Order: sequence, then structure tokens, then C-alpha cells
Amino acid sequence: MMDSVIPPGLFLIICAPILALASQSALRRPLMLIIPLMALGLVWMVPDGPVITASFMGFELIPLRGDALSRLFGTIFTLMGFAGGLFAFKQKSTTELVAALFYMGSAVGVVMAGDLITMFIFWEMMAIGSTLVIRSANTPGAIKASMRYLKIHLLGGVILMAGLAGYLGEGNPVLFEAMSLNSVSTWLILIGFLVNVGAPPFSAWLPDAYPEASFSGSVFLSAFTTKTAVYVLIRGFPGEEVLIYFGLYMVFYGIIYALLENDMRRILAYSIINQVGFMVTGIGIGTQMALNGAASHAFAHIIYKALLLMSAGAVFYRTGKRKCTDLGGLFQSMPVTAICGTIGALAISSFPFTSGFVSKSMIAQAAADQHMAYVWYFLEAASAGVFLHAGIKFPWFVFFQKDSGMRPPDPPVSMQSAMILLATLCIVIGLFPEQLYALLPYQVDYVPYTVTHVVNMLQLLLMAGLAFFVMLPMMKRTLTISLDFDWFYRRLFPALFDLLGRIIYPIYGRVIDLFKNRLDRLISLVERYNGVDGILARTVSTNSAGALGLIVLALCLGIFYQMQ
Amino acid sequence: MNTQDKHWLVRPSTIRLLWRLLIGILVILTLMDLVIEHHPHFGLDGTFGFFSWYGFLTCVAMVIFAKGLGFFLKRKDTYYDG
Repeated sequence: MMDSVIPPGLFLIICAPILALASQSALRRPLMLIIPLMALGLVWMVPDGPVITASFMGFELIPLRGDALSRLFGTIFTLMGFAGGLFAFKQKSTTELVAALFYMGSAVGVVMAGDLITMFIFWEMMAIGSTLVIRSANTPGAIKASMRYLKIHLLGGVILMAGLAGYLGEGNPVLFEAMSLNSVSTWLILIGFLVNVGAPPFSAWLPDAYPEASFSGSVFLSAFTTKTAVYVLIRGFPGEEVLIYFGLYMVFYGIIYALLENDMRRILAYSIINQVGFMVTGIGIGTQMALNGAASHAFAHIIYKALLLMSAGAVFYRTGKRKCTDLGGLFQSMPVTAICGTIGALAISSFPFTSGFVSKSMIAQAAADQHMAYVWYFLEAASAGVFLHAGIKFPWFVFFQKDSGMRPPDPPVSMQSAMILLATLCIVIGLFPEQLYALLPYQVDYVPYTVTHVVNMLQLLLMAGLAFFVMLPMMKRTLTISLDFDWFYRRLFPALFDLLGRIIYPIYGRVIDLFKNRLDRLISLVERYNGVDGILARTVSTNSAGALGLIVLALCLGIFYQMQ
Repeated sequence: MNTQDKHWLVRPSTIRLLWRLLIGILVILTLMDLVIEHHPHFGLDGTFGFFSWYGFLTCVAMVIFAKGLGFFLKRKDTYYDG
């Protein structure tokens, strides 16, 4: 078995330096397309069950394992890598692409790992890869944001590692399978996972860092970290009720902050947390229907979110602007971008005949099946809210609203084709969901297209649309950001340290003054005997040293003899 | 700028038409509640035009809530730059 299968994650990671070597040659562009496609092929060559096993410090590791869930995530990660590679044709920084391959490879490594230790190693590599993708935008903002991003993810990694060490120390199997929240260590593991999923209070890292990446960097970033975290939650904590509350909080957090936001890429970043919130809620519900919903929604989400960030990236590429207050009216000169962006916006809103409709509704259906009334009501309200904050707000303020007067052309063909590819996928999955359903971990017993469901969804969404335009005067864009939990570590804690310093320093000074005289005397005393001419610093002959040693030894002997 | 110079999609006449179209579709969609099958799970969701009024009201509530929160949380976007 072992010799016929190449681990797709490792393959991508090994290809990263190869791409770096080709940075100046004409090969870079084709390589960036072929490598993810080859990895996609490798994902599909991994058979079910443990494929590679190895012994490490007494643990039986399974660095490569295949099953439906792993294959689903491996497929969408590599597919996304291909589309992202196409979109990044004009990216001048090869560093970003090398980092993106490394990042993609470690994400694929996580979802195809059969044991916790392998998972953790790839998990940490992912943090490094993604930090480099952000940093390679090479603006002062990006460099600072990447360091804040790295610190949060290293913190999450430390918590996860502590949890794993405890978990394995308690004698649990190293196999990566469902765990129950019955010990401190499993809670730590869960917290480690939740940091990456963007759960409160660690949500701010995402809208802080992703929008600082380059036009193509944020496309790669949107795909891997949070969705890998969704994968590990599906695998490790299906049906944990606490996830429902985290998920619902994230869903509304994303909507409210996106409504307040002015930067188009930050709007999309908040809506990642909103969408991942739906998945986390589904994992918390935990039935087969809900887990299928969470997994398929992750699949559909990666496509339409990448599409949305591509359309935002195209606007950024052409205009260099990100703020809604500076944008508007771009549909006139960027029709392809506007249409593709709108298709992505419809798909994220679960509009009928798009990919979001066939995936997200399984989660709400699962809540209804389980008679979770409040969860269901919240999810439906949130569905309307998605249309509000992403479905309409994003295309409206970027491509329509007031005319900014800018007439930038559509982006280069490579970027357009990447957008058209993903827009097509959004619609094809929406029209023919069977293909996606066949990839899901459980048998799908769900019919998305009934007259009732389509009509109800249209009622909900179009009324949300009406609400948007009725409330438009209240949503006038302002040059503002909204404070979030990152305020604590970006403002409060540094300010407290500063304050502490100001209080402590005078006290420290007084204490020093108090002891200064005595200290001076002590120092001169020491200097007298041990200084340059001090009696203890003089050189002595070997003979006297030997004699001195002999005396000391004799003394020791005498003391020990007395003690017997 | 003359109305005719504007892109057809942003002319006031088109916008009026779009508004009428939206209202028309909404009325028809809501009235369709009379003919389609219902699968209420809880109670409130069985009321007439549930998805219509629920969608509208929750969105209005979210916008107002966001606006209210904005009073406390909004800062100039150069806040962290200093």
C-alpha cells in the first residue's frame, strides 16, 4: 500500500520550495496550476482506512488516512488551490505563492491525518504558512497584522498542545476520533480548535489580518484555516451542545460587525465568521443531517467566499481602494467582476439555485428535526441577516450605490477566468447538488428543491432585501472601525503595562536610593579583597595551591570522620 | 449629468421600475403562502406569511441593534494607527 500512495499534503509542502526555485522562470505560472491539480489527484488515490502507519515514541501514528470526510475537505482545498493559483497569475510576489502552497499542503495534511500528533504538526505548520501569506503583501500594515495573527495562533497552538499532552498522558488513544468533553485536556483541545475557527473571544484575528493580505493572498487565506478547524470539530467534537452556542454567537457577531464595517474586505472577513458559525452550530446539533450540512456548507463556502474575495481583490487590484466610502458605481466598467461578485453574494445568501441553498438549509432542517425551536428561529433570522450584510451590502456598496466616478477596467483574463470558474461552480452545485451530496460523510436523505422551501427562502431573502433598502439611510458608510476583543490586547493590556511601569519605576528608584549607600559599601568591600590587587585575586604558586587543597581535604576528612 | 447619459441601470425611471417590480414580487410571494404546502415545526412558523414578516422584522431589528452598538464601538478608522 505504502509505496503506491503519495501523501497529498506532504507533496504540496515539498513542491513549495520547487516553486520557489522556479520563481524567475516561465514555469512558475503553470506550476502553480499543475501542483494543486496533482495534489487533487493524489487525494483521490488515498484509499479508505489507515494508509501509512509509523511508530513514534511509543505511539502508533497514522500520518495518512482516507475516508469520505477527509476526501471532501482534501478535494475542496486542492480545487481552491487551483482557482487561487489561476487568480494569482499576476501576483509579483513568489513568496506569497510558495507560502500559499505550504499553507495548502499543511491544511491538506491536517484533514488527511489519522492521529492527533500528525494533525498537530500540520496544524502548527499551517499557522506559519498563513502568516507568511499575510506578510508577503509587504506593507507596514500587513507586517504588523501578520505578527498579531501569528501570536494568536501560537497561543491557540500552545493551548492545543497542552490539551493533547494531557489527553495522551491520560492513556487515551492517539487515533483522531470523536472525543467527549469530560476532562480539562479535552476542553483545552476544544479551545485550541475554537481559536482557529474564529470563535469568541478570539474572532478579531480574522478581520484584523486577512484584509491586510495582497489581492490574491486573502483569497488563499479565506479557504484553509477556519475550514480546517471546522473539519477537526466535525471529527473531534460532533454533537457537543456547547458548539451550538458558540456557533449562534458567531453567526450574529459576523452580521452585526459586517453591518458596521466600511472596508469591503473586512465585511467579507466578518462574513467568514458568520458562515463558519452556521457550520459550528450544525456540528453542535450533531445529527447526520447536521454534520452533512456543516461539511457541505464548508465545501460550498470555500468556493463562494473565494469568489467574493476575488471580486473584492479585483477591485483592489484595479483601484487600490478597499473602503466602501471610496467605491461605488464600478459595475459600469467592471461588469464581469460585478456579475461574478453578485453570484458569490447570492450563493452566500443561500439563494435558490446556488450552492449555499443546497448546503446551508440542511443545518436548519436538522435543527427543526431535533425540535430545537430557538436554534431554528435564530438560524432563519441569521439567513435573512446574511443577505443583509453580505448578499446585498457588499455588491451594493462596491459596485452600485453612488457613482464614485472611477471607471477601472475588469481585471486581466487570468483573474476573470478564475472568477468565472468559481461562479459557474456556485451555480452548478446549486442546480445539481447530487454530486456534492455523494461526497458527504453520511447518506443524504434530503430534498432541497420543494416548492415550499424555494418560496419560503425567497420570501425571507427578498424581504431582507426590502429591509436593506428601507433602512439604507441608517447604513450610511462612515470612516470608522468597530472595537472588538482585540482592543484588550492592542490597547488595554499595553496601556496597563505602561501604567504599571509608571507606578513601579519611582518606587523602584526610592528603594534603590535607600540601599545605595549600603550597596556602595558592600561593593567596595568586595573590591578590596577580590579586586585587581585584592588578596584573594593574587596569583599564587602551584605549591601553595596544592598545600591549600590538601588542608581543605584534610579538614573534610576530619569532619566526615566525626560525623560517623 | 443628463439623465440619458447615465447608465440605464441607474436612471431614476429604471430605479422606480425596479422598486415596483420588487414590491410586486414580494406581494405575489407572500400570497403564495395561501396555496403552498406548509410544514410548520414549532407554531409561530405556521402563521400567514411567516418567512416574509419574520425576514423583514429580524433584519430591521439587526440593523437597529448594529446601529445602537455602533454608538459604543465605532472609532475613527485610524484608531490603531497611532
